[in-house]
Amino acid sequence: METAVFYVLATIAVASAVLLVLFRNPVYSALSLVATLFAVAGLFVLLNAYFLAAVQIIVYAGAVMVLFLFVIMLLNLGHSEALESTVGRYRLTGVIFLCALLVAQLTAVGTRQLRGPVAENEALRTENVQTLGKLLYTDFLFPFEVASIILLVALIGVVVLVKRETPETT
Amino acid sequence: MAVATSHYLILSAILFSIGVAGVLTRRNAIVIFMCIELMLNAVNLAFVAFARHLGQADGQVFVFFVMAVAAAEVAVGLAIIIAVFRNRETVDVAEVNLLKW
Amino acid sequence: MLTTVEIIILLPLFGAIVSGVFGHWLKKSSGYVATACVGAAWLLGLKTLVDVMGGVGVDENVYTWVSAGSFTASVGFLVDPLSAIMLVTVTTVSFFVHVYSFGYMHHDAGFARFFAYLNLFVFSMLVLILANNYLLMFVGWEGVGVCSYLLIGFWYERKSASDAGKKAFIVNRIGDFGFLIGIFTMFGYLGTVQFSEVVAKAGGGALPASAATGIALLLFLGACGKSAQFPLYVWLPDAMEGPTPVSALIHAATMVTAGVYVVARSNVLYTLSPTAGAVVAWVGVFTALLAASIALVNTDIKRVLAYSTVSQLGYMFIGVGVGAYTAGIFHLFTHAFFKGLMFLAAGSVMHAMSNELDMRKYGGLLSKMKVTGYTFIIGTIAIAGIPPLSGFWSKDLILAGAYHSHVPGHAALWALGVVGAVMTSFYMFRLILMTFFGQPRDAHLYDHAHESPPSMTVPLLVLAVGAIFVGGVTGYPLEHGWINHFLDPVLGSPDHGSGGAGLSPSVLIGISVAAGLGGFVLALVMHRSGRLGADSRQPIHKVLWNKWYVDEAYDVSIVRPIHRLSMALWTIFDTIVVDGIANGLGYTVKGISWVSGRFQTGRTPTYAMWMLFGTIAMIYAVTLP
Repeated sequence: METAVFYVLATIAVASAVLLVLFRNPVYSALSLVATLFAVAGLFVLLNAYFLAAVQIIVYAGAVMVLFLFVIMLLNLGHSEALESTVGRYRLTGVIFLCALLVAQLTAVGTRQLRGPVAENEALRTENVQTLGKLLYTDFLFPFEVASIILLVALIGVVVLVKRETPETT
Repeated sequence: MAVATSHYLILSAILFSIGVAGVLTRRNAIVIFMCIELMLNAVNLAFVAFARHLGQADGQVFVFFVMAVAAAEVAVGLAIIIAVFRNRETVDVAEVNLLKW
Repeated sequence: MLTTVEIIILLPLFGAIVSGVFGHWLKKSSGYVATACVGAAWLLGLKTLVDVMGGVGVDENVYTWVSAGSFTASVGFLVDPLSAIMLVTVTTVSFFVHVYSFGYMHHDAGFARFFAYLNLFVFSMLVLILANNYLLMFVGWEGVGVCSYLLIGFWYERKSASDAGKKAFIVNRIGDFGFLIGIFTMFGYLGTVQFSEVVAKAGGGALPASAATGIALLLFLGACGKSAQFPLYVWLPDAMEGPTPVSALIHAATMVTAGVYVVARSNVLYTLSPTAGAVVAWVGVFTALLAASIALVNTDIKRVLAYSTVSQLGYMFIGVGVGAYTAGIFHLFTHAFFKGLMFLAAGSVMHAMSNELDMRKYGGLLSKMKVTGYTFIIGTIAIAGIPPLSGFWSKDLILAGAYHSHVPGHAALWALGVVGAVMTSFYMFRLILMTFFGQPRDAHLYDHAHESPPSMTVPLLVLAVGAIFVGGVTGYPLEHGWINHFLDPVLGSPDHGSGGAGLSPSVLIGISVAAGLGGFVLALVMHRSGRLGADSRQPIHKVLWNKWYVDEAYDVSIVRPIHRLSMALWTIFDTIVVDGIANGLGYTVKGISWVSGRFQTGRTPTYAMWMLFGTIAMIYAVTLP
């Protein structure tokens, strides 16, 4: 059962990721990215990361993707097919070749380290949110605070970047 | 029977590579940005898979931080795209060669 | 807590920083700050002298400055009778020159800058005389050199002034080179540069006589540069391009005497090496006569005084060279007063005469400038060696020391010294007669002449009192005065090699007094007959007028060959080898950057591609065992 769910979700994720790259219209790309994010959220559930699954949907599929769509709409890029020229054949081949190498090597690295059975952690499964919360406010308190500062800096930075210069009233 | 960790890692690697391919082949800055988000998600998936494999919550905490940073990064990135679009009327990275003096 | 010595040293530094940094805003107040700092240092200096007279000396290391292997050098200070005398001399003259500068520099745009330099000079000079080792002394030595350069070229917009500054600096460099090598050699033999240890080790026989000679001569080379002795004296007359207070302070009273101080401080070395002592004495007497002879015919009031300074420094070197260190330092002490006085008075005259320096345009000024005139006359009587004024005591001590010493040719040394005394007396009275007596030779300048403001005349009066009394008070009775009792413990009493043989002391005194009066009478006679300052067609006059052609000789023998060598190096070595290397490097970098520049397309996808390349390469590097 679990295996079947995994394969379904994995298929959705890969398929919509491929579509994300291939769609000419950015709006479609954004929507297929949403699909991928949902599939990954499902995989998080399978991996007992319930809290992260929720955050994935709320932050990524919710906030971030809305931001993407908003910018696409704002800049009126929805129909800008003219932007996309045909991708050079030579270049595409090179990229695919490189990516294949990357996949092979990443999996080699990943699987090599995985000796022995899966270590069960009951608390992580049954009290997922509590466990993460305790960690965040004890061992990772400092990075947690730094992350909040990064968000604040980003907030201010965005305002500065996007704010139009008020014309000098000379 | 739980799905083997290596399956998750292979899936993560595939998603990551698709993201890389997208970054390299597409010219629309916003799509490139989405591909970067895809790569981040692939890495997150690997993190969570390792967290389960090792029975430790640290990996999930890391994902949490990655998400926080990614949210900030998206905001700043999109702001930059808007600023560039205002100046150049385009989001085509092939035409935006600001990195060259 | 700072000790008194440290406060004395830091006060002028503080003044220099305040008037240097904040001078722009402080304007004239910077002069008050600077003068107050030096004044406080002066009072503390007097207190220090009293302490030393009470037997309280200082020899402290404040902190270790350099420590490398067996070599250590400290920032440390030594206060003994010798440095106490120097301290009082320097701070006294400095203070009154500061006061004087108020009036003299009043209208100058660089008022604050002037006081900053002046204070910096006082600081460096104090470091020089209060240091307890040769290395720190060298720091002060270079410091006063820099200040001298800055102050000679103070009016840098005038080319002759900036040239004179450069000349002083470069000529001094030759001396400094010798001085530094001397310090190195000393460290090589003794393993220390601290005065107390040098005295202990060298006195204990750790230094072979040949090494002592070498070190002593190298140090003397430095002293020649700083104290303007032959052959390195040529910078001092040109240094008169600086403001007159600077000439009084640096180029008459203090800095130029540093060389004498060094020799006196290193007396243990010169005692070990009679050869070096003889060289010092003979160079001294030669310089004394050479400079005095040039001063006989010169008509530039400041240059006459400058050559007179060179000549008097020569006397000091005779003193320290023959082993009469006390006499040399004593002359330094009295000379600071009367020569400082005369320079300041000359400045006052210039001030009144619209900066005219040519004595041939002066005349009859005594009625217009009473204070300046009479104080100048007092200084002149003092330098001429007529008792009971200061110069007599110290000069006579030197001549007596020379006569009684066992330096080769000591009697000749004494005789030449007396000849020099006649010349000194003559050219100084000639200056006085041409300036203050007779008929005004330039009616226009004369009409505008006026006495200087009190800030200038008061220092003159104070220094005049010093010029009258310091010699007699400290030097009487001759050879057994207070100064002898004070300094002999540090410097050793002069050894009377020839014993009581020869002329008796009273005859010697009589001869030197007669020499002083003789010069005066000669000047007076020539003045009466109107030949003073007149042009002469005699060849000797021409030679003297052209300063023995020393500058020309240096130009031909040193400056031009160096210039030619430099040109050759420039055209051959520099353009081909140095430029070749430099250009070659340039072209190489250019080529490499052209290649690597191809990668910088400015397009993000290209960069991303290379990044991916790198990532894969790194993964391979990790996975391949």
